[in-house]
Amino acid sequence: MPEQAKTAGPNASKTAPDFSNWSCPLPLVGYPNIVMGHGGGGKLGNELVEHLFLPAFRNPALENLGDAAVLDLGSGRLAMSTDSFVVQPLFFPGGSIGELAVNGTVNDLAVSGAIPRFLSASFILEEGFPLAQLAAIVESMARAAATAGVQIVTGDTKVVEHGHGDGCYINTAGIGVLRDGVKVGPHRAQPGDAVLVSGTIGDHGMAIMSVREGLEFESQIRSDCAALNGMIAEVLDAAGGAVHAMRDPTRGGLASTLNEIAQSSGVGIAIDEASLPVRTEVQSACELLGLDPVYVANEGKAVFIVTPEAADAVLKTLRAHPLGSNAARIGQVTGEHKRMLVARTAMGANRVIPTQIGEQLPRIC
Amino acid sequence: MKYLTEFRNGEIAQRMAREIHSITTRPWKIMEVCGGQTHSIIRNGIDQMLPAGIEMIHGPGCPVCVTPLELIDKALAIAAQPGVIFCSFGDMLRVPGTDADLFQIKGAGGDVRVVYSPLDAVELAAKNPDRQVVFFGVGFETTAPANAMSVHLAKRRGLKNFSLLVSHVLVPPAIEAILQSPGNKVQAFLLAGHVCSVMGYWEYPPLAEKYGIPLVVTGFEPLDLLDGIRRAVIQLEAGKHEVENAYSRVVTFEGNRAAQKLLAEVFEVTDRAWRGIGVIPKSGWRLSEAYRDFDAEQRFHITGIHTQESALCRAGDVLRGAIKPAECAAFGKECTPRHPLGATMVSSEGACAAYYNYGRFISAEELATAGSGLSGAAHA
Repeated sequence: MPEQAKTAGPNASKTAPDFSNWSCPLPLVGYPNIVMGHGGGGKLGNELVEHLFLPAFRNPALENLGDAAVLDLGSGRLAMSTDSFVVQPLFFPGGSIGELAVNGTVNDLAVSGAIPRFLSASFILEEGFPLAQLAAIVESMARAAATAGVQIVTGDTKVVEHGHGDGCYINTAGIGVLRDGVKVGPHRAQPGDAVLVSGTIGDHGMAIMSVREGLEFESQIRSDCAALNGMIAEVLDAAGGAVHAMRDPTRGGLASTLNEIAQSSGVGIAIDEASLPVRTEVQSACELLGLDPVYVANEGKAVFIVTPEAADAVLKTLRAHPLGSNAARIGQVTGEHKRMLVARTAMGANRVIPTQIGEQLPRIC
Repeated sequence: MKYLTEFRNGEIAQRMAREIHSITTRPWKIMEVCGGQTHSIIRNGIDQMLPAGIEMIHGPGCPVCVTPLELIDKALAIAAQPGVIFCSFGDMLRVPGTDADLFQIKGAGGDVRVVYSPLDAVELAAKNPDRQVVFFGVGFETTAPANAMSVHLAKRRGLKNFSLLVSHVLVPPAIEAILQSPGNKVQAFLLAGHVCSVMGYWEYPPLAEKYGIPLVVTGFEPLDLLDGIRRAVIQLEAGKHEVENAYSRVVTFEGNRAAQKLLAEVFEVTDRAWRGIGVIPKSGWRLSEAYRDFDAEQRFHITGIHTQESALCRAGDVLRGAIKPAECAAFGKECTPRHPLGATMVSSEGACAAYYNYGRFISAEELATAGSGLSGAAHA
């Protein structure tokens, strides 16, 4: 057992050390915060690896600590994805940058029809960043990786001077093995297909906004940050080839994702606004700020475009999963109004939902 | 959500729309004054529910759209100065000045921050005594009380590093300017509900009388808007011209007396330039003598700003209802939300952007069939 885990309390195990009481063992004790030397490739950097990253992420591929992880993926086609995470604040209701960094890449692989297996994790830390916060982030990554069933097998740490970063940036890359017989892609939507979403929209974006300076809502909105590979595997087991497209509607929200699918597939998509699952507190916060939940980010939701025959079965599978209990059928793919997303409003009229040009901005009045 | 859900009932909306159809015998042109109403009409598809003869004209009530180019340029010049924290409501950041917008100033190192209340900017000033904090005080009578309160508090707290860049505009003079403009087509107005929640509607009976025009105080939810339109049509069909209140759950005749008292103390009426329209006499507010020290224009002495609006842009004609956005030659060609020539293409509430985003590429017939395929498909 590594020294670090011993200091972490009676409940600490090799895979999930208790970082809430984590303290830096000697000689890091002189540095409660990140210093330039942590990125210098010398002793300080090695100690970060040995006392923090290795105990948290421990697995055979990582333990070699070589320049590259050597992986055995068997035969078959691979999927690879990468994403960088720069969220502020680093800790928010329902998650942290660590969970986002793992789940974001896991979900990108999963919606591509792959079984996520291995991740890399690179940290860009700002001089002065508290080690205790880094430990909490690393711990949340370890937990998220264990939940998602992936291993973090390689990584890197760089330190930038104070004022040149925002505390902690994380990049993850991931490799997964494509499932046999699954052919999904944003270009495969066909007229007649049903459009399903796995749960309430807008939770993550409004959770982040609610903790930024100057906004205090009465009820706490929690991020929906979660790894979707388990739920997606169940959908593919149940419906397989009937699933034409899957996406996780992150930045830009549901509207951007459906617009992308409509444009990639050269089809129209029609949704019914009354059927969109939105939490009351998210809807209320959006009303206050003049935002539209269809444009607000999600981190634990997936959109499925499936054949109409399979729609009910997929919906049933989703609702049986803890992450899909609020899943809903929200519309259909059509040969009309090609490359556009149209919503039937609650009034019974229709409106085009365009792709946003930039960030959604709170309105004046 | 109380006070919202019950005003978004689709069945009642359809019933009200049918009533409007049944009472309409002639074409009418009705202007909704406020940008928030324009947004709601288009977001909910209310214009599609009306009889073909009823045309909604989107008025000059979007503060983002009517703030003059010169003032945007002044804002950019102040925001670019070192030592300044420039605070603004979110949707002013994308409004193009002559050479840049506030996003670009921020990208170049300016400290530009989105705040949700001008009082947050006052707090920033208190916390950053070595920095000059400027709030971009734009808007109609609706946003004015909070802006007035910000300078009132800053004065009381003795904050020497807070100032307001004021571009306040007023609804009644704008309505009068539209009614006096040659070739005016507007036959009735939906008055801006939130403006009237502050100011009441005691200013409007003389206008209704002088120009023989129905004025209906109207809210922002779908049923509010349909009720406002319904009442306007009833008056038009009967040849009446009265001021009516279709937003009585919020608006009283007198309005918010305490707010009006504060406004009278902090602001004084002045001539204002409206982007795309020009100067309208006595159509805005500036800080009164007692608060002049908090005027950012005075504090920063920005000079040498010469602005020229795009020669192609017909935002002014759009704002007073003389043309529909699509009738402008630049619409969708030189002028798009990505490259706006005028402010009406910038704001989500701007008439041109609303047309472009929500209707530009789709015919009414296509929209109608889009929904028909949905029936039965969506059942949560």
